[in-house]
Amino acid sequence: MSSETMSLFSPQLAERFDRLVEKYPVRRSALVPMLLYAQDEIGYLSEAVIGEVAERIGITELDVRNVASYYSMLRFKPAGKYNVQVCTNISCMLRGAYEVYERFQEELNIGHKGITKDGLFSLEEVECIGACCWAPAIQVNYEFHDELTPDHVTPILETYRGRQRREGTAH
Amino acid sequence: MPRLVSHPDEVKLVSKRFGMGAADIDRYIELGGYESARKCLAQGPEWIIEEMKSSSLRGRGGAGFPTGLKWSFVPKQSAKPKYVLVNGDESEPGTCKDHLIFLHDPHAVIEGTIIAGLAIGARTGFIYLRGEYRYLLQIMEKAVADAYRKGFLGNGIFGSDTEFQIITQSGAGAYEVGEESALMESLEGKRGVPRIKPPFPAVVGLYGGPTVINNAETIATVPHVIAMGGAAFAAIGSPRNGGTRLFGLSGHVERPGVYELPMGYNLKKMIYEVGGGIRGGRALKAVVPGGSSTPVLLPEEIENLGMDFDQVGKAGSMLGSGGVVVIDDQTCIVEFALRTISFYQHESCGWCIPCREGTDWLKKSLTRFHAGYGVAKDIDNIQYLAENMMGRTFCPLGDAAAMPTIGFVKKFRKEFEDHLNGKRCPFAKHVELAVV
Repeated sequence: MSSETMSLFSPQLAERFDRLVEKYPVRRSALVPMLLYAQDEIGYLSEAVIGEVAERIGITELDVRNVASYYSMLRFKPAGKYNVQVCTNISCMLRGAYEVYERFQEELNIGHKGITKDGLFSLEEVECIGACCWAPAIQVNYEFHDELTPDHVTPILETYRGRQRREGTAH
Repeated sequence: MPRLVSHPDEVKLVSKRFGMGAADIDRYIELGGYESARKCLAQGPEWIIEEMKSSSLRGRGGAGFPTGLKWSFVPKQSAKPKYVLVNGDESEPGTCKDHLIFLHDPHAVIEGTIIAGLAIGARTGFIYLRGEYRYLLQIMEKAVADAYRKGFLGNGIFGSDTEFQIITQSGAGAYEVGEESALMESLEGKRGVPRIKPPFPAVVGLYGGPTVINNAETIATVPHVIAMGGAAFAAIGSPRNGGTRLFGLSGHVERPGVYELPMGYNLKKMIYEVGGGIRGGRALKAVVPGGSSTPVLLPEEIENLGMDFDQVGKAGSMLGSGGVVVIDDQTCIVEFALRTISFYQHESCGWCIPCREGTDWLKKSLTRFHAGYGVAKDIDNIQYLAENMMGRTFCPLGDAAAMPTIGFVKKFRKEFEDHLNGKRCPFAKHVELAVV
């Protein structure tokens, strides 16, 4: 598929995908990153996303779904604009991750894999994110926040609310 | 931003450029970067492998296999292209050393990959980062692009006629992909399930070609081995355990952080002097020495314990990924065991039944046990179940789940018994632990 034909993705991403499939010894090696980048732009792996990725790589949609269902970062349903991922694995747990996680639940009034009514935030309890020595740590989308206490929760959420206000667009 | 730490006992090799702006290629060159790759290009593959062998550098991912020996297994002649694969799917709980390498010294990873490629005669290297490390992937991608611009990568590297290409790759969330054959599957665009061995990757690996797979820390160590010479590197560590290691101190220590210490460094000293002791002046209850899959050690077991692969192995645990998780006396070991097994249950790829079913049953048993609904027989059952997972799976994830579980039950049986007959856990804040 060339980027000129109908694509779900922005011209930049479509062009990136055109390059990505040619980068490896086999086209299929582009599959996992492609799904992640598609999700970053569209929000989740919709039927249409799966269809276009399958076509670009030259494999079946079933094959794409089979691979996508394996990876925990890939999702088939939308998340909030800012997906808050709280690590509660051992190093974080020992330094109060569950207290931080509970504060996020209270502040956002949602639980594991929940989405706020305005669609701005979603919350997830996640496995180790590789920030054990700076525990407890979380990721909001791809941004790390580390060495947290429950009192950091409100300021972190305010940072993203502020970002949303500056963008000035309703989600 | 991850905080950098330092301690006078540190021997900084791999971390010597941390915090010095070495992600910039010109700065990296100024600090002596890419000299080792040039030297290797001049000296040739046999010399490189001999230096690596004499360095006693052992794989930093966890298995501790001698790097030089691993490289020497790759056949010289091959009909299929050979590959170098750098494993940056860092996801063993307690481990965050590669995080700092990608952040502060991405060119060391590139330079090490080039050297590995020269040693085995590969023309392509892949650097695979876990999906969560997006900001680090961007740093790596920029570093690779800069190395191409300088002519350090491409069709004729450093002005020679030798070709070497590097491709960066992102994962998308899977602990199992840190296992070498599952990593190759993922890179081929498939589910990350392990392959049966033999054949080993050195013979049949990525795309069916001979492949060397090394942990990112191992690869970032290689340029330092070349720069100082294998023998000098070996002399820093303990017997058969060359050099230094990035130890990640986490949990209940006063000063958690990633510290670079010589192999064989005393664990007690690491916790009490380097890490500043137990947080809040509490007592040490236990320590997980090398990431969550390594069996727990008691305070009396660490007195004279040197942190290298052989000594920790002899003490009944493993050096693993070097992630030292310190546990104080106010922690419930049953809860800790439950959180550990919950992780492995979540991450089991489901390919092998003993691991898929075993981790699930262990999690169920421990959940019930921790909630106060266990019966005496459960303790033996948990141990029996875990022992029967050992060695019965394609990859080590099954063992990684079983080994720590056996350790917790054996060493803290009394604490398990204290949870019996509906008694509430004296320490736990979460009676029914929320699990992912």
